[in-house]
Amino acid sequence: MVEKKKDPVLAIVPKYARGDSNKAMEGVNKLQDRKLKGTIKRREKQFKEAAYKAASSEILLTEEGGFLEPEGIEKTYQLSQRALHKEVDVSTAHKMFSLDLKFGPYSIDYTRNGRHLLIGGRKGHVAAFDWQAGNLACELQLKETVRDVKWLHNETMFAVAQKKYVYIYDKTGTEIHCLRNHIEVTKLDFLPYHFLLTSIGNTGYLKYQDTSTGKLVAEHRTKLGKCDVMAQNPATAIMHLGHGNGTVTLWSPNMPTPLVKMQCHRGPVTAVAIGHSGNYMATSGMDGQLKLWDLRSYKPVQEYYTPSPASSLSISQRGLLGVGFGSHVSVWKDPFRTKQVSPYMNHLQPASTVNDVKFVPFEDVLGFGHRNGMSSVVVPGSGEPNFDALEANPFQTKKQRQEMEVHALLDKIQPEMITLDVGMVGKMDQAPVQVLNKEKKEAWEAAHPVEATELKYRARGKNSSSRRHLRKKAKNVIDQKKVELLERIENDKKERAKRRAGNPDEPATALDRFSGKKRKL
Amino acid sequence: MKVKVLSRSAEEATRQRSNDIHKVQRNLDPSLHPFEKAREYTRALNATKVERMFAKPFVGALSGHVDGVYCMAKHPKKLDWLVSGGGDGDLRLWSLSEQKSIWSTVGHKAMVTGVSSFLEGERFLSCSNDRTVKIWDPSTYESESESTIAPIATYTGKNAFSGISHHRSDNIFATSGSTIDIWDHDRAEPVQTLNWGVDTINTVKFNQTETNIIASTGSDRTIILYDLRTSQPVTKLILAMRTNAIAWNPMEAFNFVAANEDHNVYSFDMRKMDKSQNILKDHVSAVMSVDYSPTGEEIVTGGYDRTVRLFNARQGRSRDIYHTNRMQRVFSVLYTMDNKYVLSGSDDGNVRLWKARASEKMGPRDYRERAHLEYSEKLKEKFASVPEIRRINRHRNVPKSIKTATQRKSIMINSRKVKEENVRKHTKPENRKERIPERMKAVVGVKK
Repeated sequence: MVEKKKDPVLAIVPKYARGDSNKAMEGVNKLQDRKLKGTIKRREKQFKEAAYKAASSEILLTEEGGFLEPEGIEKTYQLSQRALHKEVDVSTAHKMFSLDLKFGPYSIDYTRNGRHLLIGGRKGHVAAFDWQAGNLACELQLKETVRDVKWLHNETMFAVAQKKYVYIYDKTGTEIHCLRNHIEVTKLDFLPYHFLLTSIGNTGYLKYQDTSTGKLVAEHRTKLGKCDVMAQNPATAIMHLGHGNGTVTLWSPNMPTPLVKMQCHRGPVTAVAIGHSGNYMATSGMDGQLKLWDLRSYKPVQEYYTPSPASSLSISQRGLLGVGFGSHVSVWKDPFRTKQVSPYMNHLQPASTVNDVKFVPFEDVLGFGHRNGMSSVVVPGSGEPNFDALEANPFQTKKQRQEMEVHALLDKIQPEMITLDVGMVGKMDQAPVQVLNKEKKEAWEAAHPVEATELKYRARGKNSSSRRHLRKKAKNVIDQKKVELLERIENDKKERAKRRAGNPDEPATALDRFSGKKRKL
Repeated sequence: MKVKVLSRSAEEATRQRSNDIHKVQRNLDPSLHPFEKAREYTRALNATKVERMFAKPFVGALSGHVDGVYCMAKHPKKLDWLVSGGGDGDLRLWSLSEQKSIWSTVGHKAMVTGVSSFLEGERFLSCSNDRTVKIWDPSTYESESESTIAPIATYTGKNAFSGISHHRSDNIFATSGSTIDIWDHDRAEPVQTLNWGVDTINTVKFNQTETNIIASTGSDRTIILYDLRTSQPVTKLILAMRTNAIAWNPMEAFNFVAANEDHNVYSFDMRKMDKSQNILKDHVSAVMSVDYSPTGEEIVTGGYDRTVRLFNARQGRSRDIYHTNRMQRVFSVLYTMDNKYVLSGSDDGNVRLWKARASEKMGPRDYRERAHLEYSEKLKEKFASVPEIRRINRHRNVPKSIKTATQRKSIMINSRKVKEENVRKHTKPENRKERIPERMKAVVGVKK
């Protein structure tokens, strides 16, 4: 008998499925509305088909990921860069380099396509270059402290956290903005889909600045003091801050208080990194611990330790964890799901201290800034082998970059949409009717403010019937009635004045101030 | 140790010659495309805004009639062809592409009440209050010699005619007046006369698919269907108010819509007339005319409230409203046979040409533009119920009179509903009447 071959595509379909089809189809058959039933069924079928087609297009992905396969008693962590240098091709060997610079320690940043590198030395040295081709874009000596550097949405602009303010430079090194709202910033980050530059510093304020409109979107007082640990969740755009009391707080621009507060370490938090999928977080503290967290349950999944407190963490596209501690950089493979006993790779930068570790997107390379410059080492299997040219293209031309910039601006996500649940938009609001109605009412009232009507002070007593009678009478005729009326009005007036003045024999009291006219003493 | 490291060459990933197109490598892995839903929403929002910005539906006004335009007819096979009849007996043939009148004559001594085209050449029929029906052939005359134009045939009836409709393929036509008369082109007298106890019949319409069925509306609030094969009436439907016009669905032969005096358009299935299939609400005055798009998916209506409204045939509320400062009461509307334009003839003597989709770009579109528009259309559909998008999509600037009338009407309808509910609440359960579904409320009775 010939066994029916199973479709190999079906195994990878779940990766491309948006949501659970079975859950969506629950109870559909019991629906009374036949039209609705048909619509839901048809749509689910379309979703299924789309996922299947996307999965079958995987055959077009030509590139395969890198790897290290030990033979016999070999261990991957024993492989040095020098030994690796002999094994790899020339173009990869070019990616192993070290820059000896005097203005360290250095912080570094790569663009989203991994093509361009920005380095900033504490003593004011900033350089931007296409690191693979070796073309320098600009080099600056700012002559003041540089604490952090960050590329904006593409390689034409970058932000530098300097001694007092944050500055934005273009690729030729011309200063184009000085952000005076961001004071004494220690860490910068950029949310590319929202065009938000975020900063945290000695003042403990987390600030969000929209780089497309120039507006300061939000500033949150963390109330947890000086902070120099910040990382973004690439899947949800939530900012994670690590504080001196060992907590990690999660922030969105829409809430003045942290969305989540996690007690992660017993000492100050030294570094935070979040995985590409947004599900895992790695934190390290002065207590020497390296903890890995599941961000869906906010619980630790694994705990490691480092010989000295880790100064910097980075998670690669394929889930490798890079840890910089002392003068070492170690890389852990698959550290989240299973407890690893030994690292995947090790690297020593002699007589230096590692400051900033970053994996390069779409490359098997790890770059790190240290006290004596910056180095780049090869870590096989760290980068995503197949890029999407419409999302991040390492080989993009100038024209493509410009076009992508326009599209990115058109598709800019509003900061109000940053939430813990990314799938929230377009979902049905399942709150009770009363809550929904209340929200509706509040929104309406906010949109239609009641204008404060000015109080009119109408002079009273000017239009009594006797006065009207007098007015209507001919002015030059004096008769008995008119005289009487005038007398009565005069008497009334006097009486009123007397009443208002009170009894002069009685002593003045504190309550007299409410009685209208001032009392004559 | 086995080692493999990613190493891409620029030659493989980029184009070789400057004439080549750029290589675009895709990877559909969802983890490489974060914020998918938020970005799609942003695109949908932008597309909705752009659509409203480009919504300029008015194409042009065809002027020429001195009196109002009370009837129009399109040709089943010619796109450029339109005939209109005026209140002073004026008949005009229009070229829609040139937006001008190419032939005209004062064909009747009284108001033209109906025109109808038929498959044979450029000929058309007109009927009038002057008790005549005439067949015209514009192709045999030069447009200048207006005085010499004479009809090919003239048929005289006993009473004024109120409407006319030609059979899809045979040489017969139906007129309405005091009775429904079926005429043969070659006979001077009607070959059949149909009546079911109605004094005045307003309109008559041949079904163009099931070609032996005729629908007619009477001034006694009835809609009567006749079958020519048996020469017998099929069904009589009595509605709460009078029906002004009827249009048969060109794709579903058994469905038709009736434009009613009570501001609504009712769609009926001729097999089940005891309730309407759908009610199209939104006009604030009587609906005077109605027409289906050739796809049967869209409906255009013209109202006494001086607006033209467009409906999706399966939805209850209009998707668009067209109005101009100078347009008066709309007595006739048509959907063109290419599904792209609508025409309205109104009291002010102009025929107006509108786009059927207000923001549609006319003319050829290249592949990328088409793909982009299709993509945004799908996104708009996906996020249509999100409040922000729904608000932008629904917003229309309407004349003040329409706006106030809409508000007044909704207040009236609501208070009526509240009253009904209050009456129910304070009636003993055994005396409570059953709730009547909205779709049955307008139906008074059906006779077979």
